[in-house]
This record gives sequence, C-alpha cells and structure tokens, in this order.
Amino acid sequence: MKAWNLFYKQFITYGGYHSVLDGLLATVEIAVFGLLIGVVIGTLIAVVKVMQKNKLIIKILEKVCDCYVAFFRGTPMVVQLLIGYFVLVPALGISLDGIVVAIIIFGLNSGAYVSEIMRAGIQSVDQGQLEAGRAVGLPYSVAMMKIVIPQSVKNILPTLGNEFIVLIKETSIVSFIAVVDITKAFRSIGDANYEYIVPYLILAAIYLVIVLGITYLIKLLERRLKRNERSA
Amino acid sequence: MKEVLDGTPLISVRGLEKSFAGLKVLNGIDIDIKNGEIIAVIGPSGCGKSTFLRCLNCMEDPTGGSIFFDGEDIADVKVDINKHRENIGMVFQQFNLFNNKTVIDNITLAPIYCANKRLKAIKRKNFLTKLLRRPSEELILVDKDKKTIKAEAEAEARELLRFIGLEEKADAYPSTLSGGQKQRIAIARAIAMKPKVILFDEPTSALDPEMVGEVLDLMKKLADEKMTMVIVTHEMGFAREVADRILFINEGVIAEEGTPEEIFDDPKTERLKVFLSKVL
Repeated sequence: MKAWNLFYKQFITYGGYHSVLDGLLATVEIAVFGLLIGVVIGTLIAVVKVMQKNKLIIKILEKVCDCYVAFFRGTPMVVQLLIGYFVLVPALGISLDGIVVAIIIFGLNSGAYVSEIMRAGIQSVDQGQLEAGRAVGLPYSVAMMKIVIPQSVKNILPTLGNEFIVLIKETSIVSFIAVVDITKAFRSIGDANYEYIVPYLILAAIYLVIVLGITYLIKLLERRLKRNERSA
Repeated sequence: MKEVLDGTPLISVRGLEKSFAGLKVLNGIDIDIKNGEIIAVIGPSGCGKSTFLRCLNCMEDPTGGSIFFDGEDIADVKVDINKHRENIGMVFQQFNLFNNKTVIDNITLAPIYCANKRLKAIKRKNFLTKLLRRPSEELILVDKDKKTIKAEAEAEARELLRFIGLEEKADAYPSTLSGGQKQRIAIARAIAMKPKVILFDEPTSALDPEMVGEVLDLMKKLADEKMTMVIVTHEMGFAREVADRILFINEGVIAEEGTPEEIFDDPKTERLKVFLSKVL
C-alpha cells in the first residue's frame, strides 16, 4: 500500500503523468514513423533484390543494399543510436532533436529487416502478375506499385505487424540518447522515491495493452484485405 | 479461306534467336506477319513455340536477330518497349488477371494509365511552348482531364464486357470467376488497349474441357473482326478452322509452314507427320 501511495503522489500530485503522456507520444511517434520509413526503404531494397541483374548499375545497387542490410542487422540498435546521436550528428555539424535521430535510426534499422520480409512477399506473388502488367505496356515500376506490391503486402501483413510490435518495444532504449519515452518516464517516477514495483508493473501493462491493441488492428486489416479472396 | 492479305508486314522477324543459360531454344526464326492475318503455332512441347511468342513482345529478350514492329527493331534493348507493348496484346495460359483488382479495373488499368501518360506529355509540351514562346509551335488542344479519361475507359470496358457476355461481372474479383470467364476477361483486357496484334500463349490449355468452347468462340469472334492474332495452341481443330497460316516449330526453327490444308492434309516433313499422328 505504501508503494502505491508513493506512486500515486508522484504520478498525480507532482504531475508525473505529464511526462508519461509525453513519453507515450514519443514511443508511438518513433515506432510509427520508424516503421513508415522502414517500409519505404525496405520496399526499395526488396525491389532491387528481385530485379533482373542484367545491368551493372543494378548489380552495384544490390551490393550497396547488401552492405546496408549487413550493417543494420549486424550491430545492436543501441550502438546505432549512439553513433547517430553522438558521432554523426555532431560530425555533420547540425543540431537534431534526439527524437528525430531516434526516428531516423529506427527507420533505417527496420528498413533492413522489412527488406527481407518484403522480398519474401514479392516473391510470393505469381510471376505472371508482373508479366501481365508489363504485357499491357505498364513500366516495371508501375506494374510493381499497382499490382505486385499490393498483393505482397497482403501476404506479409502478419509479419509486418510483428515488426511493428518489435519496434514499439524496442523504443524503450531511446533514453540512451536522452529521449524521454514511456519507459524513461516511469523510471523517473520510480527514481524519485527508489520505489519501482508499481511504476514498472504499470509500464509493462501499458506495453502489453498497446501490443494487444495493435495485434487486434492488424487482424482487422488482414480480414479487410482478404475480402477479395473469397471463392465463388 | 479468306482472300489473300496484302500490304506490308505488321511484324517482321529475322533470324530470331533465344538461349537460356547456354541452352539454345530458338535457332533463327524468320517470318512476316501481315495485318489481319491469323497464325497458329503448333509443335511438340519444349520446341520453343511459347518462347517464340514471348519474344514477339520481348517478354523474353531475344539473344539474337531482329523483330520489326511499327518501323522499329523491338529486339533492340534501347527501344522503349512499353510504347510498343501497348500495341501488342497478350493472353496467357494462366490468365494472369490482376488478383487485387476488380474485373473492370483489370480492363481499365492500362488504358487509363496510358491515356494519363499521354495527357501529361501534351501538357508538358504546351507548357514548354508557352514558356519559351515558340511561335512556330501551336498549343495542342487538351480536351480531356483525368476524370473524363477514367469515365471513357470504364464505358469502353463495359462495352467490351457486353461483347464477351460478362457484363454482370464488372465489379467481381478474379478469384470468384471460372477459368473460362477469367480467360475471356483476359482477352477483353488485351482488346481494351486497341492493339494491332494479340499474342495467345496456349489460351485454352489450363481450362476445364467444357470451358474451352466459350474461349475459342470469343477468339473466333475476334477473327471475324479481322484482328491480327498469333496463337500458340494444341487445339488442332481450332487451328485448322480459324488460322490463315500454320507454323510448325521444331527444335527452335520453323520446320514447316503453310495453309491449314497444306499442313494437316499434306505434311511434307517426317517430323510433322509423326507429330500429327500423335495429336490428331
């Protein structure tokens, strides 16, 4: 009971909920924008990977993509954040908010993972779909955007949802670069009295609720997209 | 047989070759396809007849020879192949309707895209004319916008659906259709681009026997409208009835060609005789 009272005082009376709400917003922002950037980058890489390798430029592009994926999958995200915030940003002589750096790094990192998911998705679509698109005179890019990628997204939606869930949870490391996310906000509340039980349990519950909510939304979306698949 | 067709050839194939990873599939094919002509391509499996057809719109890039269409050698990789593919329709064995689009969107997707592309090009040209104040150039009249392009394409698509007898399926998704219906819509999709020629890659091979008829009937209707067609087929009866000329391809070359009568009633080569004895 004492633990609860301390938490209540810190959370309500001393206004701890402000930083929790701000932190929640930061968490969601980083995950959502990170995933959006990741999907764009991942799709581009995936398309390069499934292209016919008959031109030198595409071979070079593929090597660049390979290096990119190797770096972002081969190093911990914390290290990437630290390099981004404490090395690259000062080296470039620009001033960027921690949260912007976090969004960029999360986007770049998830791009590496999404590229593999996307590639599998594109390859799961029958080659004939692309051929039919090209046969009526659509350029490669248009046939991919209008025909192949919409179908592949439907196939990989569960995996993409998984990636989003991973991103949401991994945002808890952004306090390394002085961004206040929801984890950092609750830790500060605990730090005030060295009383952690209540804040951390509530923190875990909040993550759980977010993830379950997303899972539900993905299921809904999946059902909606599968509508045109019912057979006669 | 139809009267003899005249005029310059629509497609001229010269010394066409195609290899896959060192394996030579086409070994020098020469042929002229005239406007309005219907050509059936027959041959044993693996002889290269589908590859030949797929080379005609560069679905497979030829590894040698030339294909002249509309005054350009489309086998040359520098040619804008998309522009020419608008004029070369293709119908696939596996239908390949766009699964994420309704029937009507399947038919209108490419016409709308191409019309919008042309509209954009005209607008860009007009803009440059105005910007640079070129007196010699006249502004091109823009009488359409995106909305009218879409409306026109949809009206035409509905007209086509009436033509193939599937008007009521306009808003259905391909997965709800039978094989025969899918193939008829795939043919409508090809016609919607108003192509100069349509290539058929074994259009009835993936169909249940009772659905073959409806697709062949539609193709006969096209033949009556003097559509130029190149048809790879195993339907010998159909080839005999509809085609003006038959190509027998064997081991990557045209082993024999002639009118249906010449091919079916009086085969010259031993290979064709053996082939016909197996399939007839």
